[in-house]
Amino acid sequence: MAKPNMSLKKNPMPTQDPAVRAHNFSEVATGYSEAAAVDEALRCLDCKNMPCVQGCPVNIHIPEFIRHIKEMDFEGAYQVIARSSSLPAVCGRVCPQETQCEAHCVRGIKGEPVGIGRLERFVADWHNEHAAGQMVRPQPNGHRVAVVGSGPSGLTCAGDLARRGYEVTVYEALHLAGGVLVYGIPEFRLPKEIVRKEVETLKALGVEIVTNVVIGKTLTVDELFEAGFEAVFIGSGAGLPNFMGIPGESLKGVYSANEFLTRSNLMKAYRSEAETPIQHARRVAVVGGGNVAMDAARTALRLGAEKVYIVYRRSLEELPARKEEVEHAMEEGIEFRLLNNPTRILGYQNPDDPRDPKNGTVIGMECVRMELGEPDASGRRRPIEIPDSTFRLDVDAVIISIGTSPNPLIKSTTSGLEVNRRGGIIVEESTGATSRAGVYAGGDAVTGAATVILAMGAGKTAAAAIDRALSGTGES
Amino acid sequence: MYRIVTKRVLNPTVMLMEVEAPLVAKKAEAGQFIILRVDEDGERIPLTVAGYDREKGTVRIIFQIVGATTKLLSMKEEGDFICDFVGPLGKPTHTDGLHKVAVVGGGVGCAIALPVAEKLHSLGCEVHSIVGFRNRDLVILEDEFRRASDKLIIMTDDGSYGEKGVVTAPLKALIESGEKYDQVIAIGPLIMMKFVVATTRPFGIPTVVSMNPIMIDGTGMCGGCRLTVGGKTRFACVDGPDFDGFEVDFDEALSRGTMYRDFERHAYEETCNLFRKEETSRG
Ligand SMILES: Cc1cc2nc3c(=O)[nH]c(=O)nc-3n(C[C@H](O)[C@H](O)[C@H](O)COP(=O)(O)OP(=O)(O)OC[C@H]3O[C@@H](n4cnc5c(N)ncnc54)[C@H](O)[C@@H]3O)c2cc1C
Ligand SMILES: Cc1cc2nc3c(=O)[nH]c(=O)nc-3n(C[C@H](O)[C@H](O)[C@H](O)COP(=O)(O)OP(=O)(O)OC[C@H]3O[C@@H](n4cnc5c(N)ncnc54)[C@H](O)[C@@H]3O)c2cc1C
Ligand code: SF4
Ligand code: SF4
Ligand code: FES
Repeated sequence: MAKPNMSLKKNPMPTQDPAVRAHNFSEVATGYSEAAAVDEALRCLDCKNMPCVQGCPVNIHIPEFIRHIKEMDFEGAYQVIARSSSLPAVCGRVCPQETQCEAHCVRGIKGEPVGIGRLERFVADWHNEHAAGQMVRPQPNGHRVAVVGSGPSGLTCAGDLARRGYEVTVYEALHLAGGVLVYGIPEFRLPKEIVRKEVETLKALGVEIVTNVVIGKTLTVDELFEAGFEAVFIGSGAGLPNFMGIPGESLKGVYSANEFLTRSNLMKAYRSEAETPIQHARRVAVVGGGNVAMDAARTALRLGAEKVYIVYRRSLEELPARKEEVEHAMEEGIEFRLLNNPTRILGYQNPDDPRDPKNGTVIGMECVRMELGEPDASGRRRPIEIPDSTFRLDVDAVIISIGTSPNPLIKSTTSGLEVNRRGGIIVEESTGATSRAGVYAGGDAVTGAATVILAMGAGKTAAAAIDRALSGTGES
Repeated sequence: MYRIVTKRVLNPTVMLMEVEAPLVAKKAEAGQFIILRVDEDGERIPLTVAGYDREKGTVRIIFQIVGATTKLLSMKEEGDFICDFVGPLGKPTHTDGLHKVAVVGGGVGCAIALPVAEKLHSLGCEVHSIVGFRNRDLVILEDEFRRASDKLIIMTDDGSYGEKGVVTAPLKALIESGEKYDQVIAIGPLIMMKFVVATTRPFGIPTVVSMNPIMIDGTGMCGGCRLTVGGKTRFACVDGPDFDGFEVDFDEALSRGTMYRDFERHAYEETCNLFRKEETSRG
């Protein structure tokens, strides 16, 4: 085998030029070539104790798949990943690797860790291009399971069960399957074609996907059992967007990030032929510092904004978004207003004409400056307002991205389903079982807004538990 | 895909359709709505369930052609299919325990008010309906309202049919003449509902209004349909669409409703142009 590559730096990820990509919706990162992938794989030392694997929520056998890349056996590498993850093309792109697998990589002690996420993406893309479509439909085992929601948790649960021979029906409220992967994360970060392929793969396995059905409204969980399903998995995500409760949040031009991104992604408002409108604002403030905020900011930029601010009340260090997205956003010219906190959104009012259609549109946002005090309960330093530091940003749109809370729709129509104080469904961690017999749950509906890979992991856990309960084996 | 079983023109801009959607038909109640997309790439628009047939598995919608999507929908014929049809969404109108109610409808809002009047009537409640239209040509559902009401007053802005004037005038007169309503239910343009509330407030008669802000998902995910009710942010798609009229911030809702006006006018003209081109090319 070739000698290890002792370079301290990762093979760089080829990307579109920031000046060009700021005006298009094509994928920002274009992916490793075979040569770059093999070169990067050679940086892996194949550690015996595999610290990286503990950092991966679904325990992908990282050194093993990387070994196959070194040997240019890319399909072999894919098969290793596929044992643990059903959405590698997605996770390779959107996992916060720097806090998960790569955070534990020994190469990261001195220099940069192995680009595990980039390699995972390479392998998944290679597979989709060269080897996809050879799906064997498993022997049916006669059991039926219903899955609510087609986000990563639901799709994973459905896939794992279908591979074990279950007859699975996924119910999705929207007209398209994929959850946040289609309505939240933008095209330039996760091409929708990838999600579509994953969904097609599930269908080829025999999973039935029924769109336009809202569980709790069109059908209830009770009715699913009456219809003959023996178990139900709830992966309904973190729905309701939070607002700040400051004056001016109802002005025209104030969006929740969910609305803004849904208009652009799901309803394709970024394409001129789409019917759904979106405001092409000139100057935009995005409030918040997570992945969602980055996506909203970069989408606004691509829709033609001249100036986009990220307004975040803590410092760069606390910014919860993936590092790569923050860097990309900065390269694209998004201005970070850190340690700033909005206090009021300002609207236009024509003093002479109360019927002026411009009345009530956003013209600015008032903020105060903050400094960091003592750490709070979450361990992060608490931001404190600096007296008399009010200032104004001139913007014509404000996108609020300060988190979501679980949607109460299913809870309120399902008896015996217990939720915690924040509205998350309570489950037994090792199985995903809820307080109601036969009902399992996972993903953001349980944890509140988290990550794709955690949602996927929860889907897997529940699938295994459902399998144990229904066929009494637990073998996979 | 959802098949259009019946299509009926009610007036030059208002149309009735029955759509095959068995799951929705099984569950729908007065006051709830559906969201549809006419075709791929189309917009999601909310329309109220204007009736249902649980046995036939059909849902009735009545809509006014106001923009691109409703125009597109109006061009579909019996036997054609629409792409998406999801529901029933929102909370049903509260009808229990009411003995005497005034139902006030304005324009196409009457389509939304009718199933509520019918439901109340079937529960044995005394129903006084006051429906308003701009002129005689626009009057819809008169027979249906007559069947569902103990008293029916039709108003037109220009007096070309029924009585001349706005709906609040007879409402006020009835209240002042001593009619004791448990509740007033107002459904129509925002401005009409605002004035109905102004009429009933001095008498302290509980008044329910049906709000119709811009919506996308209809499941509480996007926050686009938010309203301020009693000083709190509420989502019309999951908390409503019915709200306590005394608590709703109508001015804010009126302002938010104009958000996409320019875009919509443009999209509407595009659709009409396309339609015209098709017409001419067909000869
Ligand atoms: C803009 C954005 C960017 C993000 N970026 C990242 C990232 O870079 N990396 C990362 O790891 N994570 C990211 N996340 C978080 C990640 O996407 C979520 O944690 C993950 O999608 C949760 O998966 P889920 O299966 O629990 O739910 P979701 O993906 O939310 O899917 C839930 C699905 O259930 C449907 N549903 C809801 N209620 C019902 C009902 N009653 N009946 C039927 N269907 C229903 C919904 O319509 C939806 O399709 C991001 C999230 C957003 C919003
Ligand atoms: C809960 C609810 C129930 C409704 N029921 C009915 C009904 O039974 N019959 C009926 O004719 N109309 C009803 N409406 C209004 C109907 O949804 C709009 O007329 C329709 O969306 C217009 O679409 P368009 O593309 O044809 O017009 P557009 O060009 O998009 O808009 C024309 C007008 O409709 C409003 N509008 C646009 N998009 C939406 C949207 N997504 N949601 C709400 N309003 C919008 C605009 O503010 C504008 O005033 C209802 C609305 C709601 C929220
Ligand atoms: S799934 Fe995510 S955490 Fe696991 S190895 Fe892949 S990139 Fe790392
Ligand atoms: S810790 Fe890093 S170097 Fe070691 S096996 Fe894992 S990826 Fe390879
Ligand atoms: S329509 Fe999206 S939250 Fe109500």
